[in-house]
Amino acid sequence: MTARPDISGPALASLRFGGGSRFGWAWHILPWGVALATYFLAGAYLTLGTAALEMILFTLSIDLALGYAGIITFGQAAFFGVGAYAAGLLSIHLTPDPILGLLFGTAIGALLGLVTGALILHTEGVTLMMLTLAIASMIGAFGEQAGDLTGGDNGLQGIHISPLFGLFPFDLWGSTAYLYALGVLFLWFIAAWRIVRSPFGRSLDGIRQSPRRMRAIGTPVWWRLVAIYTLAAAMAGSAGALKAQTNQFVGLDSLDLLVSGTALVMLILGGTRRLYGAFVGAAFYVVVQNLAAEFDPFRWMFVIGGLLVVIVMFLDGGLMGLADWLRGAALRILPGAARK
Amino acid sequence: MNGDSPALSVRGLSKSFGALAVAQAIDLDLEPGARVGLIGPNGAGKTSFVNLLTGMLRADAGSIVLDGGDITGLKPEARVRRGLVRTHQINTLLMETSLRDNVAIAVAERENFAWRFLRFTPQWRRCLAEAEAQLASLGIDELADRKVAELPYGQQRLLEIAIALVLKPRVLLLDEPAAGVPAAEAHAIHAALDKLPADIAILMIEHDMDLVFRFARRIAVLVQGRVLTTGTPREIAADPQVRAVYLGRSAA
Amino acid sequence: MAFLSVLLDGAAYGMILFIISVGLTVTMGLMRVVNLAHGAFAMIGGYLAAVMIQKGLPFFAAAIAAALAVGVLGAVAEVLLYKPLYRRGELPQALMTFGLTFVVIAALTSIFGSNVKPLAVPVWLAGNTNLGFTQYPTYRLFLIALGAVMALGLWLLIDRTLYGARLRAAVDNARMARAVGMDVNLLFTGTFAGGCALAGFGGVVGADMLPVEPYYALRYLVIFLVVVAVGGIGNFKGSFVAALAIGIVSTVFTFLLPGASAYIVYAMVLVLLLWRPHGLLPAKSAP
Repeated sequence: MTARPDISGPALASLRFGGGSRFGWAWHILPWGVALATYFLAGAYLTLGTAALEMILFTLSIDLALGYAGIITFGQAAFFGVGAYAAGLLSIHLTPDPILGLLFGTAIGALLGLVTGALILHTEGVTLMMLTLAIASMIGAFGEQAGDLTGGDNGLQGIHISPLFGLFPFDLWGSTAYLYALGVLFLWFIAAWRIVRSPFGRSLDGIRQSPRRMRAIGTPVWWRLVAIYTLAAAMAGSAGALKAQTNQFVGLDSLDLLVSGTALVMLILGGTRRLYGAFVGAAFYVVVQNLAAEFDPFRWMFVIGGLLVVIVMFLDGGLMGLADWLRGAALRILPGAARK
Repeated sequence: MNGDSPALSVRGLSKSFGALAVAQAIDLDLEPGARVGLIGPNGAGKTSFVNLLTGMLRADAGSIVLDGGDITGLKPEARVRRGLVRTHQINTLLMETSLRDNVAIAVAERENFAWRFLRFTPQWRRCLAEAEAQLASLGIDELADRKVAELPYGQQRLLEIAIALVLKPRVLLLDEPAAGVPAAEAHAIHAALDKLPADIAILMIEHDMDLVFRFARRIAVLVQGRVLTTGTPREIAADPQVRAVYLGRSAA
Repeated sequence: MAFLSVLLDGAAYGMILFIISVGLTVTMGLMRVVNLAHGAFAMIGGYLAAVMIQKGLPFFAAAIAAALAVGVLGAVAEVLLYKPLYRRGELPQALMTFGLTFVVIAALTSIFGSNVKPLAVPVWLAGNTNLGFTQYPTYRLFLIALGAVMALGLWLLIDRTLYGARLRAAVDNARMARAVGMDVNLLFTGTFAGGCALAGFGGVVGADMLPVEPYYALRYLVIFLVVVAVGGIGNFKGSFVAALAIGIVSTVFTFLLPGASAYIVYAMVLVLLLWRPHGLLPAKSAP
């Protein structure tokens, strides 16, 4: 019997955000505050910020499937890419309305997730991982071949997005794009937050720890896993649709395993099963990539890979886990500090 | 009350893995409130039998009827919801989760709360309360906040029983409840077994003969996938066939 | 008759896949460790040999030297990076080895650049052989023969030697093997090193069909994993059959339907794995 994925992070059922202190809800303000501040302060870097938001949404989807439910999915990029192409194609052939494109991309991602999830989620561990890899590779290869549909190596061009709500055009400065992406991320985040704390979410945490135990209490394990996998795929599809719309371009690299790999790095960096881990990891990654890319494009790959190795080996729980540890240490050192 | 209708009725249950027959046409009845012990030498197929009952193994032939309803084709999770619950020989618990939450999650599952996304909190509190009561009845409520992984094995075994009970089973299958428990903690298990509700039909697999003879009102002996004989503890203890099976012909 | 050439191409490709993947299936079956960096080891072998050949070493001497070097590298990696993760389960192993792959790709790119590193086939094997129905590249015939010989040799090693017996015992039940006094740690390290060495060797001799460039490690990773999965994890014979089958099928499809080959092969693998999750020739234990 293979071991279930062991990712550190607080077990769900006993999770209390903010360490249980009375002002726990205030910690929520920080990441969203930073996101809003970025809008006003980023200047020329705003498009980078939008890319980061899209990556955060995608990484969040992996946190749901992998961090909470324990589904070893290396192939999430397939849903991202499919959502991107779907949104792009809709804008070219049917309507340039961004909301419809977003919904379409989300729906196609969800559909793909439902079908593939139903097929493979009765397996687990290494077999499941390989199946997700095979599916992602298959879709990537298909994307490459179906040049008529996807534009092949040249990518999908000619995407034009009409103004959001008919009022806010998507311009070169990227201000509409940023707030649009932020809004979508916020909505999905609320959904993820509710789900993770719901009985459905608790049962997923149980399934991650021991599917056998959950079956033994009557949980229809396969159904639950398919449900969360589909939801995560929808989320990834949304992220892809956003990317297509804000860049007005979709390339084959959206389907690449590297996208999955990058998101995994961000998630592990930030910390799994924390939801905000995706934020921390993505922010860190974007900063590092930008710095390193100035010197050598491949140096960031070295750094990210090295970070992944180091974090897996030594820093369970990622940066948020480290922050927890530091805060715990600080609370021990400062007697009488406000704690529950 | 349906005194003569069995809680669990097994007919002709068979399963083979290639040439190895782990179950050969097993017949067994459990009346409501039964206390049946299942014994037999290693490799007799006792755990396979339990796996066949719970649905982890699909039978080649035969039928399993629970409370008048045929469950032979049902998936394991469905059988649990019909009232067939088991404990595991090796602890199968949510190790990262607290004792209270382990039990509360089972309550929530029983009450079908899974698809609720809103207004869950008052129901969750009821789950927690019921979990605490169950833990208290087994004497481990002081540990309710601790994570399972921190606890000694004996208390984890008690948790297995607590979770099984909270699912309100009609039939309870105990797979070696005292296995691996050090002597110092075994009495807690024995006490828990004594206090099991009288209306549940219970089948217990055990190697600890003292425990079986103390607990069971009827004993079935399984050898090589076949029921060799059944009877009261006294009859079984005196049966020369049974002794031969356990001790070898020379000691019979 | 072009079709027969295609079949031979497929067989040659399959042999390379076997040589590289056999190490992966044995270590995944033996140590139950998910090693996504296996392709990276093969790639390192290719690069090392290319450098040695440039320095004047003959092809096969370079191949063997590179294989040994990769073996040593593998042993070091196993002790430092893999061993601590055995207890932690599949996901940490997958992630660590994934990160390791990134590191290797980045390092090799900065040293060699991102272009294909040509590995010249030895002169005495270059050119074509007259097979009667066609002229066929001699080197590929050689690959087929080499693969068969190596498969036979490895099988003898695993089936007929004491090491092989120990290996099979440890795959079956590591705990029992330890209890019987086997030094399982040494066995693991040695076998891992051997698997990496084989991969490195395969990376060199296979450079004709799998060009050596920095993305090699990720590009062919899925195929190696697929060979392992289809053959059955830990199943030596299975990996041989699966490698040949996948090599031939994908080459044939590329020939018949140039556009569709890639995703049809993956689709077939998907169906296969869903039908038989434990591989084509499931074996509960090893080789």
